[in-house]
Amino acid sequence: MIDTGFPVLSALIFFPLLAAIGLFFLRDERTIRLYTLVVGLIEMGLAAPLFRFDLSTAEFQFVEIMPWVPAWNMHYHVGVDGISILMIFLTVLLLPLCVLCSWTYIGKRVKEFHFCLLLMIGACVGIFSALDFVLFYIFWEAMLIPMFLLIAVWGGPNKRYASLKFFIYTLAGSTLFLAAIVAFFVNTGTFSIPELMTHEYSFRFQFWTFLAMALAFAIKVPMFPFHTWLPAAHVEAPTAGSVLLASILLKMGTYGFLRFCLPLTPAASEYFAPLMITISIVSILYGGAIALGQRDMKKLIAYSSVAHMGFVTLGIFVFTMRGVEGAIMQMINHGITTGALFMLVGAIYERSHSREIADNMGLGKYLPAYMFFFGLFAIASFGFPGTNGFVSEALVLIGVFEASYLLGALAIPGVMLAAAYMLRLGLKLAWGQPSQAATWKDLNIREWVYLAPLAVLVLYLGLMPTLALKTINPSVVHLLNQYESRKTLHLESSLQPEPPVQSIQLSATRGTDQ
Amino acid sequence: MLNFTPSLIIPELYMALLLVALFVQTVTDSIKDRTDWLAYAALGGVVVAALSMSQSGMMFYDSYQIDGLSQFFKLVIALGLAICVLNALRNTTLGKTPRADYFFFMFMSAFGLMLLSSTVELFTIYISLELASYSLYILLPLRNENPRAVEGAIKYALFGAVATAIGLFGVSYIIAGQHTTYIHELATMNWSFAEQPMALIGLGLFALAFLYKLALFPFHFWAPDVYQGASNETAAFAATLPKVGAIVVLVRLMGLDPGVEVKIVLAVFATLSMTLGNILALRQTDLKRLLAYSSVAHAGFVVMGLVAGGAYGLAAASYYALVYVVMNLTIFWVITRLADDGRDIQLHDLKGMHHSTPLLAFVLAVAAFGLVGLPPTGGFTGKLFLLNAAWGEGFYLLVIIAAINTAIAIFYYLNMVRHAYTMDQATPSVVPSTVIGASVALALALGVLYLGLMPQGLFDLLLQASGALLL
Repeated sequence: MIDTGFPVLSALIFFPLLAAIGLFFLRDERTIRLYTLVVGLIEMGLAAPLFRFDLSTAEFQFVEIMPWVPAWNMHYHVGVDGISILMIFLTVLLLPLCVLCSWTYIGKRVKEFHFCLLLMIGACVGIFSALDFVLFYIFWEAMLIPMFLLIAVWGGPNKRYASLKFFIYTLAGSTLFLAAIVAFFVNTGTFSIPELMTHEYSFRFQFWTFLAMALAFAIKVPMFPFHTWLPAAHVEAPTAGSVLLASILLKMGTYGFLRFCLPLTPAASEYFAPLMITISIVSILYGGAIALGQRDMKKLIAYSSVAHMGFVTLGIFVFTMRGVEGAIMQMINHGITTGALFMLVGAIYERSHSREIADNMGLGKYLPAYMFFFGLFAIASFGFPGTNGFVSEALVLIGVFEASYLLGALAIPGVMLAAAYMLRLGLKLAWGQPSQAATWKDLNIREWVYLAPLAVLVLYLGLMPTLALKTINPSVVHLLNQYESRKTLHLESSLQPEPPVQSIQLSATRGTDQ
Repeated sequence: MLNFTPSLIIPELYMALLLVALFVQTVTDSIKDRTDWLAYAALGGVVVAALSMSQSGMMFYDSYQIDGLSQFFKLVIALGLAICVLNALRNTTLGKTPRADYFFFMFMSAFGLMLLSSTVELFTIYISLELASYSLYILLPLRNENPRAVEGAIKYALFGAVATAIGLFGVSYIIAGQHTTYIHELATMNWSFAEQPMALIGLGLFALAFLYKLALFPFHFWAPDVYQGASNETAAFAATLPKVGAIVVLVRLMGLDPGVEVKIVLAVFATLSMTLGNILALRQTDLKRLLAYSSVAHAGFVVMGLVAGGAYGLAAASYYALVYVVMNLTIFWVITRLADDGRDIQLHDLKGMHHSTPLLAFVLAVAAFGLVGLPPTGGFTGKLFLLNAAWGEGFYLLVIIAAINTAIAIFYYLNMVRHAYTMDQATPSVVPSTVIGASVALALALGVLYLGLMPQGLFDLLLQASGALLL
């Protein structure tokens, strides 16, 4: 464990929140944008100490822990491991990019917009670093409010419907998650996630808590029957909102599966794996098939997200080394490519004021730079070799084939569908006729600046994924070893009668102050 | 032993002094409308209550107990009263009623509630309750001769009288069963249904008088009419402080550790209360009426802590009572600021708030998200404590229903925020802003957040207080 003395994670969480207060003292719109951009760059600088992450251990690093509510054994407890650190990097990277891509897109209530943006980033870093269940839940829910406002205030024509649906859907899903957290606490007397991972739970307990947690995460991912909020929210959200939604919010669901379901309820995960795998495959095929028929670019990318996230959950629930590694890589890669695609849609929307494919055709001749980026991210999205998408999808597929040939065969059409809908979109944008783009300007410097880093990442992770894989490897090995050892153990112990009602343990763990 | 020690009851004496001064004002024509000094006096009351936090002792033949619980609730009442007074000083709907009369009854009601938090003998509790209630019955209809206000007040008074009568009837059963009315003696008695059916029924009936004040289902029907009928400023008072008084007595009664039968009945009431309250609130458009149904739902949450019992359950219920009061005072503060002519605020009146009064819009959002129970507000932390306590005692279904209720409630609270932030009015309304209006609103919103993020100190205090109750 590295102890630098500097609370890196707390700084990453609270710096944007404090900076958000500073916004109240600014008036000029340009100053506000510049201020937030500088905040974003400082935030990236603050993340630099995370590069001292120790690649050889699966333990949580940069841990900060202090008592928060001792009466209930709640702590302020943050830390990162291989599963979460890459997501934190991605989150932090996105803040300045989101400011840049909203520079001209957002014209009204600029101050509040950047306020919401900063709150979002702080809460998202909090989610990926929280090691206390209550702390996690606080960030998990608190993040909804700025996201709701991003859609409801700066969204498209149908924003009221979309924002309400988003909020109610995700909140309703996580209410039972709260009950599950309470159940874990009463059963063990602690909210600490690393400590909870060492406890034993009866199968019946795992069964219900898994269901409660999986519902919250499945809605967030979103998995097949719970995905309907996503296209609505994506289509109506402003560019930055869509980017955050696609790149970070969706990953919270899969992160939840990895962080909570597998380690805390291994036996139930094993039990429900066939169900989860089935709906993952349905998500892949259904999302891909629906995406094929879309005319709205944002809707197309939204449905493609459903399919891509299906690969993530598929990789997780086959419980193989490559599958889980591929799933984590896919989380990062989908965040990069889909975020970039939404930025590109936003950029073209500012020129054509339409998201219909038919209104944005024939860009290849007039906007070559734009088409270059679009092409790069599109092929990365369907996993063209040499791009990051290939690495993760290949890993997931290897993992799936290791587990079962049949499953692999079922997932393959999903890859083909991805190629089909992305190429269709790319072809129409590049060479479709009739084109209205003759008078449109190609990418300006600002747009180059926010697209270039993501393009570099696409190629870097595509050609040299070693460092990223090394980062996540120890944690994945640890996760799967734990899982393997505990799922069997649990099936045995669940045959024994249940322990007596928890209140005895509860009073035993609660100090002497009664 | 009479044991009269004035130094222990300084908050009460201070209130009595204010009441005398107010009484003199009410009978002196020349000064009966000059009540601005009350703002300072009420804030002084907060200081006095805060300074006497650590007192403890017994008085008046052991019928009046000064302990951690009572002092905490006295502070809450003093604080709530101060905010209600700041709010009501600009009440424009009093008509011909002298302001001194209005405030006399408001202070009298708060005084009764303060007594209520210390009394530990059933008849003394009863008398304190009546003192608090009767003042409130007079306060409620004072609104420009508004017939709805009178209707609400009459409903409240008639049913309230019946409820307290039933409570008194319950006392007779308790005396018949246990031969005493002192709570600390009752605490040593057996409260199982098998051994003492009569006493347990009596306890249930006595508690009913307080459940009525709390507006728990099925005693909730007065709340919507009273909230909507009374003027905004009066409603802010009636919605918050009397409930605190009811909760402190219920905490003391549940400290007796009554039989599981009472707990089951209460648990059923709690689930029905939160579900029904939330469902009925969904279709309200009058903000005060909506808040009335929301208060029915919140009563269910508080009762969840009472059902759980034990030091943690009772402390959680008390903590939630505080959170509830702060959240409601916050949202009522926003309502009264918006309704500068004293009208009832409808949902569509909230439109465009982000533009006309950005600060109030923010405060409204904080209060609304607090009432839903979203982190990082006090509503979430309070609810988490309640859920923990209830699950720990094995009330799984209660916890799950409570959790699901959040999903029902989110719509109507979010609707307020939606109106305030995403919709605009055709003709933007002008809301005059004052320094006091803005600073109190901000302070209240920060209070809601503080209760959510830093619950430790207060909760420890309550844990000790309720632990002492159970010994």
